[in-house]
Amino acid sequence: MFIAEVLTSPQGPIKILRTGRSVQSLRGGLGLRVGAEKSQSNGLAAARQAPSDSLLSNTDVSREVRESRRGAAEVRRRGFFRLSQEQVVLIVVAGLVVLFGAMLPGFLTLGNLLTLVRNVSVLGVLSLAMGLVVIARGIDLSLIATMGVSTALTLQALSEPGASVMLAVAIGLSVCLAMGLLNGFVIAFVEIPALFTTLATGLAVFGLARTFFLSGGNLIVDVPERGAFVRTMGLGHILGLPVPVLIFAAVCIATHFVLTRTALGRFIYAHGDNPEAASLTGIPIRPLTMIEYTVCALLGYLAGLVLAGTLNAMDTQVIMTSPLIYNVLTVVVLGGISLVGGRGGVQSVVAGTLLIGVMLNGMTLLNMDVFVQQIIQGLILLAALVLDKRLNPRDEETVKQGD
Amino acid sequence: MAAEVTAATVDAARWPKTWVAPRTRGRWKELRWRASAQLVLGELLEKQWMEPAIPLAVLIAVTASFVIAVPGMGEFDNVISTLRELSEFALVVIGMGIVVISGGIDLSVGSMFALNNYVALLLGLIVGLPMWLTTLLVLGLGCLMGACNGVLVAYLKAKPFLATMVALLVYRGITNLLDEHFSMSIATKGTIQDPFWTWLGTGSVLGVPTAIVFLIVVVLVGHVMLSRSRLGWHITAVGASRKAARHAGIDVERVLLSSYVFSGLLTAMAAMLYASRVNSLSPYTALGMEFTALTAAVLGGISLAGGNGTVPRALIGAATITILSKGLLLMNVGGEIYTLIQAMILLLVVGVDIKWAKNRAKAIQKIYINPTYLHFEPAPSIAPNDNSPFAINDRLSNSMPIGLGVVEGPEDVLLDAQGRLYTGDRRGWIWRFSGENFDRAEIFAKIGGMPLGMQWDKNGNLIICIGGMGLYGVDPLGRVTKLTDETNRTWYRLKDDSRLRLADDLDIAPDGKIYFSEASVRFEAHDWIEDGLEGRRNGRLICYDPATKTTRTVLKRLVFPNGVAVSHDGNSVLIGQTWLCRILRYWIAGPKKGEVEVFVENLPGYVDNINRASDGNYWVALVGIRSPVFDLAYAHPRFRRRMMKRIPRDEWLYPSMNYGCIIKITEKGEVLESYWDPTGNAHATVTSMREHDGFLYIGGLNNNRVGRIKLAGGGRP
Repeated sequence: MFIAEVLTSPQGPIKILRTGRSVQSLRGGLGLRVGAEKSQSNGLAAARQAPSDSLLSNTDVSREVRESRRGAAEVRRRGFFRLSQEQVVLIVVAGLVVLFGAMLPGFLTLGNLLTLVRNVSVLGVLSLAMGLVVIARGIDLSLIATMGVSTALTLQALSEPGASVMLAVAIGLSVCLAMGLLNGFVIAFVEIPALFTTLATGLAVFGLARTFFLSGGNLIVDVPERGAFVRTMGLGHILGLPVPVLIFAAVCIATHFVLTRTALGRFIYAHGDNPEAASLTGIPIRPLTMIEYTVCALLGYLAGLVLAGTLNAMDTQVIMTSPLIYNVLTVVVLGGISLVGGRGGVQSVVAGTLLIGVMLNGMTLLNMDVFVQQIIQGLILLAALVLDKRLNPRDEETVKQGD
Repeated sequence: MAAEVTAATVDAARWPKTWVAPRTRGRWKELRWRASAQLVLGELLEKQWMEPAIPLAVLIAVTASFVIAVPGMGEFDNVISTLRELSEFALVVIGMGIVVISGGIDLSVGSMFALNNYVALLLGLIVGLPMWLTTLLVLGLGCLMGACNGVLVAYLKAKPFLATMVALLVYRGITNLLDEHFSMSIATKGTIQDPFWTWLGTGSVLGVPTAIVFLIVVVLVGHVMLSRSRLGWHITAVGASRKAARHAGIDVERVLLSSYVFSGLLTAMAAMLYASRVNSLSPYTALGMEFTALTAAVLGGISLAGGNGTVPRALIGAATITILSKGLLLMNVGGEIYTLIQAMILLLVVGVDIKWAKNRAKAIQKIYINPTYLHFEPAPSIAPNDNSPFAINDRLSNSMPIGLGVVEGPEDVLLDAQGRLYTGDRRGWIWRFSGENFDRAEIFAKIGGMPLGMQWDKNGNLIICIGGMGLYGVDPLGRVTKLTDETNRTWYRLKDDSRLRLADDLDIAPDGKIYFSEASVRFEAHDWIEDGLEGRRNGRLICYDPATKTTRTVLKRLVFPNGVAVSHDGNSVLIGQTWLCRILRYWIAGPKKGEVEVFVENLPGYVDNINRASDGNYWVALVGIRSPVFDLAYAHPRFRRRMMKRIPRDEWLYPSMNYGCIIKITEKGEVLESYWDPTGNAHATVTSMREHDGFLYIGGLNNNRVGRIKLAGGGRP
């Protein structure tokens, strides 16, 4: 219980690590420093060096902690002048909204904005799912496959006479559960890097479902009569607000609560910050990994239901052909959940989702060719990856394949 | 088999008349334990060639099973078309393999393939360029795309997996875009009529299809490049350890960039072969090829960790996957199942690779020591005041110490004509003590290794066995020469036994041939005691002939042969076998030449060196004394194996080496007397003794001195 207390206490080591981190991320020098003084205090300089030195003597560590505390205090004092990555993204979003509003008639209408938000809700929920595992220094490339297969199987079960709604949902849930546990097991226990694992399991679950479970090998499963709740999730309104938006908001609040207020959230950050250290402090890293991927898969299922409700069908071809997974990665990386793990939060996903949503909407309104859009999305993700590397540098000489 | 004594070869009449009962019990059990699958496995896993051997075995198994199971698989036409497909796919896999060896990954190969294919046909059909020029242009395009990936990964430091995954999206998007614009205008065009194009797609060189010729050339050039050229070494070095490569002065970024360019170039070549063969304009060409190529590379044994792989391995992996896909296609298995199988293969192979790389050394260590069954009769009594020749006494306790605190571990001692004493030292030195009380110590020679048995040759050179090195000679001036460090290799043994690991003791026959023992071919010199836990026939008797400078193994498969002494008449060699507590006699001359017989067995301790005594008898050192517990453990190999798996190394049950003794044996093998130091202060372990001018000099592997006692009567042997 000692660990949980330390990690959850406000003065705990994670807190210190994270403030130390924020100091480090601020020095990126890519326009993030607004009106900052040129001179750096000793504390800041020490905190800056800290993450690169892993072999410090005991006294060094205590001095480092002391100085990073001092550095964090200074950051707080000057925080008004500095912007986090999310804030920068939000500013860009605002700029884009103004730009598109001026350029594109019909962009700044309430209807379009609601459509925009509703369209990105699925992306948002998926990005939250992905964000969760990326914070824990993982990645889930099988997310879209899990989403597609579990939703398609649910819809297919609903169209079978005699199958109850509960059973249909249970089938979908069990697919997600199986995928999450499988991913987590292979990554945590077999120790295959997450990229390879989830790439393979995604293809495997798709092949499996297409061959054995989806009747007649049909690629598009329509929402049947009894799937009213699915349609509600996609198209309904509560208090004048679209249900997808409400779902996105609810998931945001729940995820934010878990990440910031519970031991599980602290563990996830600790896992992403430094898996070896987290393991040494006694956090059960391997079961935790399985939990992370399972939660990710379950959120994917939720997003899949919303998507199916919106489109009134689940097209399993999205698994292979749509650039959705790229968009999800772009949201996560651009929003500030760095691929190095342990950074960012729900606010990053919200900011990233808005950015991508506005961009997609704008490109559609511009009547841009879908493949041009694809190329642009790819280039943006590439830029985000390079930017992430600049903002959160790592010793690439020690990274392993698939990290 | 003639080497080892069997019950049949030992004539009962020749057994010495002693307290010893002949060894008859446990013979069958010993035979049953002699063969061991674990032994083979342990030695097999150590082999470097095991890594590519397993993928090759998989390839052969897959090929064989499909040829048998699928009708039409082995037909000539099918073989040719499979080979054509293989040559395209293998080029891509080799490119992927080079990138993986450099520590990266290239997931964009599928899209690059599609774009190259599309552009080539577009240039041929719409622009109407001659196809040789088109081919050159497309190869350039491939290099360019590879370079884009390379710049992203090497210079902009993007993660290779994600960066090339995004590149996949972008290149595929460009292909789709081209298709949108040109599909209508292409529909009205005919086909490409170009001799070069036809030759590339369906032609042949000297009867061999062009694509296969291309593949052979690329494999040869690629293999030489990767394994023999500077760039190839740099690629491997960067993949193995980027930091070490940088410290060695390698331009890591440029090497990484070049590996991606290779990948792009080879993919473009493959696309050209494909385009000329199929002539199909589709933006969906090679969908998912990156995944197939990755699976193939990994299946061929190219480690995802980087720095470990070759071009032939990529070829093996590519062939396996091609045959698999072709076979499944002929069996009418759907594409999704094929994807599923690939995904499972990838996970399985990567999992095995990762677990194996992590646990290889541990696994080998766990199964390497492989105990066998040995049967012992109850040991003769060593109780003091007993009427046995082994009765404990204190005749060594008051020995005169020589070089006390100066020498460390004098395994063997030797004296020259002037009465100077020579002894080895575990630091790899030879000491010489001279003066009245041997108080003048000097280092005679520094050889290195672990100096063990010593003897003079006719010319006054010191011949010495060095554990870990071989057989060496030191001339009177202290100059060291290597006599031999290898012998003929046993062709059927997995373990390379040509190199001498633990040359132990030697003696020189009247004809000048040097007979020396090698105690173990399976354990290094410093792990000699682990051979005792195993108790296998790992040692041998070797003969070095100084006249012809040749070395050959005389007796194979002896259990730890240790002491070697030529008999007084020069017709036989006595060989002490430590773990068996017995001495063999090997006839090197006379009517029984070539025969082996038991000279004496069931001694109370573990035999070490043997020397001739001045009175026609033999001195034998017993390095440690048997205990009933360890005798029992020798009869229970499973017990010893479990012990080695379950408990830490320093708590294992070892043969007792705490104190030993010297015994004197007659030419008939009867034991006359023994010399003991029951306190263990002066001579805890006794590994050797040497009689000289009425004195007996005593050495011990773990002792800090050489001892000397006065013998009642006696002279120089």
